[in-house]
Amino acid sequence: MTLLTNSLKAVLISSLAAAPAVVMAETAEEKGLRIAEEAKASDLGWKDMQAQMNMILRNKQGQESVREIRMKSLEIEDDGDKSLSVFDKPRDVKGTAFLSFSHPVGADDQWLYLPALKRVKRIASRNKSGPFMGSEFAYEDLSSFEVEKYTYKFIRDEACEGGNCFVVEQYPVDKNSGYTRRVVWLDQAEYRPWKIEFYDRKDSPLKTLTYHEYKEYEGKHWRPDLMKMVNHQTGKSTDLTYQGYQFKTGLSDSDFNKNTLKRAR
Amino acid sequence: MRDRLFRFVIDHPVWVILLSVLFAFGAASGAKNLVFKSDYRVFFSEENPQLTSFESMQKIYSKSDNVAFIISPDDGEVFKPSTLAAIHQLTEESWQVPFSTRVDSITNFQHTWSEEDDMIVEDLVLDPDTLADSDMSRLKEIAVNEPLMLHKLISEEGHVSVVNITVQLPGVNPVEEVPQVVSKVREMRDNFIAANPDLKVHLSGMVMMNNSFAEASLSDNATLVPIMFGVVILGMVFLLKTISGTIATVVVILFSIAATMGLAGWNGMFLTGPSSSTPIMVLTLAVADCVHILTTMFYEMRQGVKKEKAIQDSLRINFQPIFLTSATTAIGFMSLNFSDSPPFRDLGNMVAVGVMLAFIFSITVFPALLRLLPLRVKQIEEGESDTMYKIAGVVIEKRRILLPGMALIMTAIAVLVPMNQLNDDFVKYFDETVPFRQATDYMQDNLSGMTSMEISIDSKEASGINAPAFLKTVGDLSEWLRAQPETDHVNTLSDTIKRLNKNMHSDDPSYYKLPSDRELSAQYLLLYEMSLPYGLDLNNQLNVDKSSTRVVATFMNMTSTQQIEMESRIYDWFAENAPQYKVAIASPSLMFAHIGQRNIYSMLLGTSIALVLISVLLGFALRSVKFGFISLIPNLAPAAMGFGVWFLIDGQIGLALSVVAGMTLGIIVDDTVHFLSKYLHARRDRGKNSKEAVRYAFGSVGRALWITTIVLVAGFMVLAQSSFKLNADMGLLTGLTILIALIVDFLFLPPLLMMLDRTVEEEKEDNTPDSSNMKNEAVAKDSEGENDDSVNQLA
Repeated sequence: MTLLTNSLKAVLISSLAAAPAVVMAETAEEKGLRIAEEAKASDLGWKDMQAQMNMILRNKQGQESVREIRMKSLEIEDDGDKSLSVFDKPRDVKGTAFLSFSHPVGADDQWLYLPALKRVKRIASRNKSGPFMGSEFAYEDLSSFEVEKYTYKFIRDEACEGGNCFVVEQYPVDKNSGYTRRVVWLDQAEYRPWKIEFYDRKDSPLKTLTYHEYKEYEGKHWRPDLMKMVNHQTGKSTDLTYQGYQFKTGLSDSDFNKNTLKRAR
Repeated sequence: MRDRLFRFVIDHPVWVILLSVLFAFGAASGAKNLVFKSDYRVFFSEENPQLTSFESMQKIYSKSDNVAFIISPDDGEVFKPSTLAAIHQLTEESWQVPFSTRVDSITNFQHTWSEEDDMIVEDLVLDPDTLADSDMSRLKEIAVNEPLMLHKLISEEGHVSVVNITVQLPGVNPVEEVPQVVSKVREMRDNFIAANPDLKVHLSGMVMMNNSFAEASLSDNATLVPIMFGVVILGMVFLLKTISGTIATVVVILFSIAATMGLAGWNGMFLTGPSSSTPIMVLTLAVADCVHILTTMFYEMRQGVKKEKAIQDSLRINFQPIFLTSATTAIGFMSLNFSDSPPFRDLGNMVAVGVMLAFIFSITVFPALLRLLPLRVKQIEEGESDTMYKIAGVVIEKRRILLPGMALIMTAIAVLVPMNQLNDDFVKYFDETVPFRQATDYMQDNLSGMTSMEISIDSKEASGINAPAFLKTVGDLSEWLRAQPETDHVNTLSDTIKRLNKNMHSDDPSYYKLPSDRELSAQYLLLYEMSLPYGLDLNNQLNVDKSSTRVVATFMNMTSTQQIEMESRIYDWFAENAPQYKVAIASPSLMFAHIGQRNIYSMLLGTSIALVLISVLLGFALRSVKFGFISLIPNLAPAAMGFGVWFLIDGQIGLALSVVAGMTLGIIVDDTVHFLSKYLHARRDRGKNSKEAVRYAFGSVGRALWITTIVLVAGFMVLAQSSFKLNADMGLLTGLTILIALIVDFLFLPPLLMMLDRTVEEEKEDNTPDSSNMKNEAVAKDSEGENDDSVNQLA
């Protein structure tokens, strides 16, 4: 799972200029899809990436808990990305490593190395909608953004933190998704997401994700340092912070397989 | 001043009526703000310790309000492709229920197993279209052997299954949220039954219970209030033989109820189960004032006094007694402010306001209406008064037997009081006609009860739940709980971890045990959590830093005493086996289990204060400390006897009944006030001895007391028909207590007075009992023509 690239990848400048000067009679659905394709295209070419990710979980009582994860991901053309995550905290899961080959449609391939058992286990599950490590982020919120994962509808233009934003509704294709739709605010200049509202299976507001402190890497890849997810139904929240982004470090397929998983520590 | 008011009422009846109508309607328009709050939490004050502890537990984990679809196939077999497909579909649809956050059923249960190095996590019934008959025995085997499902989602025989929806009510609009959920699940049930005619469905759960509070109370008001009006109208027409008087009384009642409810609305109050019985109580209590005014007025008119003068005389004579009785009644009801349960405080205040409003309407709009309506008086003989004199004769004659006899009976009944059992079973707040009760009884008979306890165990360190010693404690506790005869089901993390350990060792059953290594448990859980779908996570069992876990035990239905005993048994278990962890036990069941007792203690204080206030008021009104004290006995005995008789009828007391003593106190005092004031009038102003005075009191107020008691008892007996048992029991015991009060006032108080208050001559006479009968005859004749003098007997 490309813990970081995912929704962020929808980020990128570029090719607004390349886009044909507004197609005539474009429907809202077509426009939504076009924006998604442009967003995806704008972030292409990052090749591989590494970063340190921390999560701070809070419940309604104000209690907090911290998770620390190191992650690597590899850009795969015409498929979902590959990612490898190593858990550092909580202490009792230290060294646990998670390998994922995500696919735009259908179940992802996932393996987990459990150091206490000294075994790699393949996880066969269609579920991407559960909470990631008890946080308010679902697994599907963190996996890489692929155009085929959703159908789209452009809603309106609106001012947002990143300037002028497209407001686009995204409807998950996967029937195991926990959402009926997501409403995404993407700035028109760089295609960076600024806010996502998640609607649950009965189309009630569930969570809101906001992006903060964007930085530009390699001249075109925008990544936020902070993402805040608030669950409106439970009052719980999770802050996700990133440090030490590195791009194009020379990772390859051979760094993302069952055998490397054991050595991932 | 008072006379000028009465004069004005008689001279300008139209104005008085117009003003009253204006006031009543102005007040009543507030009723539009009056809404029903259907949430069992309203029964608990914010400082209630059980509520506080439950709420904090809900904040740490998640809320646990639920709706349960209980599905029972006609052929007694859940495990059939068609039935499972139906349950699968219902499970899917359940995510559409407003505010739902979680759906649990046998079809979406996250079944885990292993194949070589693969760990598979999947819905137990993933695709209903591919189910074959040959899969059934395997699925049933898995379901009934899974401790998380057995008795919770599936019965042991596989004949009943539950789809459980957890809802998280935002509480922003508590009036509409519950009905919203209920209307959706009912629609789903109707569609489900239409599509699957061979499956029966019941609806239970906390949300359905909350909804039943509103529905039972409102349907009560729709049926019981009209019945009560019927009873009052019939009673008045037959007993007082007056159409105009009845009409005027009905107007007073209507105005009193409308203004009371309206003022409650203006004050921003909301309705709850108990406070929704306000209309019927106000209705019942408002009648008495009118009966007293009418009785005196008719008496005067029969004496040849003109109507206007008769009305004015009646107001003058009755003003003080009905003010006093209204005030004592209001004080009695206001003692409910000491209740630990806010709905009863509301009930007390609303009825207190209603009673005082009824008093105001009785001396304004009531005489004004009487002035305008045609009134005819037939010179009929006082049949009932004759009866009263006969009773008086018997009481005087048999006083030496009655005094000790009644004292014996009263004591014998009162000693039964402590034998009543404390019990608040919120399921039994509803009688068997209420669908929620039927559903819950059915669930109790076939799966599990409604009694639950949530046990939060805090390891006091982050990720502490993974420590082998902690898990062992959770596992041991779960086993111990399951060994208790009352236990139906235990939802515990230890089962999940055992199952994962087995899965991670190629499903080897010998690994169905807790891992001995902290990292293993932590990593299993990490793996498992990453594989769960939306809504089926472990966040309802684990807190955010995994330092504590919540075990939920479901029990068969128990009484409050048994629950409190079970609660302390669990605490004892921890004290003995795991004193190092911080433990909290909370649940709605426990909240109700404790509230009866809490309420009884708080009401003891409230009732005592009311008693003191009322006795002081009586002492002043009767201008005598001695009679103030004597009045204590007939004022206190009825409640004690009422609870004694209750042991013979039901034997279980709780929240609703704990307020009855305070509530009835103010009502039964009225009888004593009327009787004693007439008695004292005869003693003081007419120089009669105690026997003559007793006879006089019977003759002048006996009938009015009899009629008002009939009306009051009838009123509360109507309330006793409520399908909301909290109100029904309250009505029954109140009616009973009022009836006992009349018996005590008629059969015990007079002999007591004749003993404690006898004159010197009487003492001598008592030594020659033969002469007393003749003397009594004479007194009877004497007192017959004297009622007209019974004016201003108070103050």
